[in-house]
Amino acid sequence: MSSFPADKLIIDAIFLLSLVTMGVGALIAILSSRLIRSVCGLAICCIGLAGLYYFLHSPFLAMMEILIYVGAVCVTIVFAIMLAETDEPAREESRGTTILWGGTALAAAVAIFGGLTWLSTQSPWPSPTNLLNDGSIEAIGRALLTTYSLAFELISLALLVAVLGALAIARTGRTKP
Amino acid sequence: MNNPALHDRLDLYLVAGAFLLAVGIFGLIRRRTLIGMLISGELIFSAASLNLMAFNRFTVQDPTVGQIFVLFIMGLAAAEVAIALSIIIAVYRNYRSVNSRGLSELNG
Repeated sequence: MSSFPADKLIIDAIFLLSLVTMGVGALIAILSSRLIRSVCGLAICCIGLAGLYYFLHSPFLAMMEILIYVGAVCVTIVFAIMLAETDEPAREESRGTTILWGGTALAAAVAIFGGLTWLSTQSPWPSPTNLLNDGSIEAIGRALLTTYSLAFELISLALLVAVLGALAIARTGRTKP
Repeated sequence: MNNPALHDRLDLYLVAGAFLLAVGIFGLIRRRTLIGMLISGELIFSAASLNLMAFNRFTVQDPTVGQIFVLFIMGLAAAEVAIALSIIIAVYRNYRSVNSRGLSELNG
């Protein structure tokens, strides 16, 4: 049935590589003490996520993920880090408080992860009987210009307002040379 | 086929999304700078997008809905980052710091 030897193994390996890239990137993003490294972790996480989108039959979203997150969001955050200070400040509170807050955060994270994992593995998810279209870029474009045209226009308006607001906020307080 | 391949299992994607959400919330509590909290928020956005795409692939009849929804999420996340970073720059001009503990002027 397959023309290439061990292709199932290779596909599984690429899938696991995407998963591990995403997980490691997310861990780097929250655990490193320098902010520039955590931005790089976010970029690595988004590259892994793009691989997962590809496996979810959506190469369009994989491309958009890399274009928007790695290309725009991470670069913008890097600009902000260059303009502001770069490092996490030294902890000024006592050691007991730090351990207490860390324990609380870890407990919350573990509880959320465990609960959601249990729910998602136990529930019987339904599978669709027949697909309406193939989910290709052509189908996405047709849906964007017919069913979702109002939302499409509104999001362009939201982006315009966001850019104007960002300019207006960052402009105040700037001293003339 | 009784035992599907790894990339055809819904629960793996859902567990990955839960992991991203948990990591994002952990970072949101732990980080003490505004930019670090913003990065954790981006991770939570990514978790939501991954969940939507997984359900779109496995349980929905029309496979374009989830893709368009995730596209809108990405657009709104980009807008949110632009606004949040300009606020961070303004805060840094006023306080010379982006440490979230120091921003207590409105504290009652």
